[in-house]
Amino acid sequence: MTAIVVTGLGVAAPTGIGVETHWSAILAGRSAIGPITRFDASGYPTRLAGEVPDFVARDRLPGRLIPQTDHWTHLGLATAQDALDDAKVVTSDLPEYQMAVVTAGSSGGTEFGQREIERLWRDGPQHVGAYQSIAWFYAATTGQISIRHGMRGPCGVICTEQSGGLDILGQARRLLRSGSRLVVAGGTDASLCPYGLVAQIAHGRLTTCGDNARAYLPFDADASGYVPGEGGATLILETAESMRARGVDQHYGTILGYHATFDPRPGSGRPPTLESAAAGALADAGLRPDEIDVVFADAVGDPALDHAEATAITKIFGPYGVPVTAPKTMTGRMYAGGATLDVATALLALRDQVIPPTTGVYSPAPRNRIDLVGAYPRQDRLRHAMVLARGHGGFNAALVIGRQLTAHDDQGEATWRK
Amino acid sequence: MTGIGVVAPGGIGAKAFWELLASGTTATRAISLFDATGFRSRIAAECDFDPQANGLSAQQIRRMDRAAQFAVVSAREAVADSGLDMAELPPARLTVSVGSAVGCTMGLEQEYVVLSDAGRKWLVDHSYAVPHLYGYMVPSTLATEVAWEVGAEGPVALISTGCTSGLDAIGHGVEVIKEGGADVAVVGATDAPISPITVACFDAIKATSPNNSDPAHASRPFDLGRDGFVLGEGSAMLVLEDAEHARRRGAQIYGEIVGFASRSNAFHMTGLRPDGREMAEAIRCAMAQARFNPEDIDYVNAHGSGTKQNDRHETAAFKESLGAHAYEVPVSSIKSMVGHSLGAIGSIEVAACALALKHQVVPPTANMHVPDPECDLDYTPLHARERRLDGVLTVGSGFGGFQTAMVLARAAGGRAG
Repeated sequence: MTAIVVTGLGVAAPTGIGVETHWSAILAGRSAIGPITRFDASGYPTRLAGEVPDFVARDRLPGRLIPQTDHWTHLGLATAQDALDDAKVVTSDLPEYQMAVVTAGSSGGTEFGQREIERLWRDGPQHVGAYQSIAWFYAATTGQISIRHGMRGPCGVICTEQSGGLDILGQARRLLRSGSRLVVAGGTDASLCPYGLVAQIAHGRLTTCGDNARAYLPFDADASGYVPGEGGATLILETAESMRARGVDQHYGTILGYHATFDPRPGSGRPPTLESAAAGALADAGLRPDEIDVVFADAVGDPALDHAEATAITKIFGPYGVPVTAPKTMTGRMYAGGATLDVATALLALRDQVIPPTTGVYSPAPRNRIDLVGAYPRQDRLRHAMVLARGHGGFNAALVIGRQLTAHDDQGEATWRK
Repeated sequence: MTGIGVVAPGGIGAKAFWELLASGTTATRAISLFDATGFRSRIAAECDFDPQANGLSAQQIRRMDRAAQFAVVSAREAVADSGLDMAELPPARLTVSVGSAVGCTMGLEQEYVVLSDAGRKWLVDHSYAVPHLYGYMVPSTLATEVAWEVGAEGPVALISTGCTSGLDAIGHGVEVIKEGGADVAVVGATDAPISPITVACFDAIKATSPNNSDPAHASRPFDLGRDGFVLGEGSAMLVLEDAEHARRRGAQIYGEIVGFASRSNAFHMTGLRPDGREMAEAIRCAMAQARFNPEDIDYVNAHGSGTKQNDRHETAAFKESLGAHAYEVPVSSIKSMVGHSLGAIGSIEVAACALALKHQVVPPTANMHVPDPECDLDYTPLHARERRLDGVLTVGSGFGGFQTAMVLARAAGGRAG
């Protein structure tokens, strides 16, 4: 089967806009978590977040699109453009029906929606704007990217909370195996408005810790929940054949394996299924556990969920059997955007042969028997990486990625470049 | 397809749903779910749905948005209808795929009104938040509830491609089975959008019918007097199985899904080009997968929303993709009877197609008295028709530019449903 390659990346994250800005912040261990500035959050129990800094929509998007779309779509459009530029895609050279867009967002145009629903209830139904019908709903980002870039293939939208950021890559691979040549796969989220934050507070997993450095400590004995974040990443996926057919060889790596599972209903007495997702992705990639050199964890920051994840990792890789990292400690949890961003970060880790750090956690709680990469990056021989994501409500997904193809991989067999 | 469950305007359950369609009765009426005074369009196709009478527990009712309630009740019916013993199925081999255009918007709005004190507070009051508020913000809750209901531990997805969500979610489940990712899929879609914010947003773009004086005749696809769609609500969930799996257990088989394709128009978020070329391409692609020629299509279930531009757009798409056969094959829009329930309607229409195959009856387009000269196909006006049906095409079109086509075939072998 032909290899699936990632030829372009676009990032808009709390750690910065642009791939290299984000990557250098991550490697330097510079946390982007700070007080919420998008609105006055002083009255809420959670007042910290990871916000995308210095994102000026009018510098990055056609002016007429800005009032028609939510901040979440702005981030999606901007990262899609950057990823297409990075991949040197000339859309007019590709068949219109063989380019597709798949996005994931956990919660749609939350801020836009809050403004319009406020107008409705405060001022009356005639005050709801014409763009509410196209800005709030979950398909807005995919539709806008498709229109902006003339992509007429089988487009999609998957909403499985954090897991969605990996599920779109599984879907992109499915499309590439069934006739598409290029897929824009983007995960972005932006629910940092009052109603969005309150909804997140309601589920009880946000930290109320006010100390930037101690607020989000996954796997730590002091884990108190997570800090919310916004932003995400967009990846350009192609078949290796398609990439080469357009005269491009530069790419970040390959998508080797993917699997998704769902946890049983609470109270059923059955075990959670993250381990099956990880095992399924390994089997799909045709790899043994010892061929995975780093795991990017879901890392919720909830003691029970962290322990469940550590247990799943330990069952497959053995106690302290594989380096585990959670650079999302520097961005906050970005839901669908976070999982896609983790894949982008993992591709950069494979490129530069360095595992990015997990900030703030000096040592995991003893019961979490994982080799957590701490405050500093770790140089290592990295052949393959696994990214894990769990979506609220029971969704699990695992993705295995590999390094760039070499000239010898003409038939698309992704092997490690020695 | 071995099981069907439907919650639709006009009756709960697949049986009541089919009786409504076969009799050509409309279920559109004045909005009763909220006080619509002051809105441009004050009509809708509502479900008379009592969650308690439909078997939901007190906690389920408290926790679940109306769209989730619809989905769980229809999933339950579909599973019962399939005759599958879920306890016998390995949970990892069961996949769920649920479509929804607007998720739990009703719950989100109701809670917003409390937290904002009816729009007075931008900084909404978190102390009034219910614990399941987050479950309303993330539409994935709808898939979670269905997966819990049926005990799925395989891949579970919530697909949200606007008004093609229902078809796309079903297609997604088909693909998971085809890849070997599951033996059985519970798939479908749900939407419950009849709340002030959704009605107001369609008012703002004049997409919905303002025919408030005659709600029963307001949804008029292909009719010269059409003036917009009538909002609906509901859910259909289906049980799909690998064909061998179904035959081995001697299941009733409504039909097979033999083609599924989607394309995007990359044109406009709400506008449609009159030539319908992307929908035509989706239809051609779905027929190619099915190895069907146009003559193999015995019925076309149209998107038929009843907006001026949609009905022309898809009429052109049918002509482009089916050629001369477009003029021969009966076409109809059940939205004339059950309204347009956004993402849910695609799954409700697939249920209608499966029931049409079962009964060998083409459901009509109600309210179609004077055809628009630009809509010059046979839209099966007013009355259902008996006809030999072996192959059926259904299409969807939605905001964002999405166009999806699905082809169903009467089952060869097995016991006809």
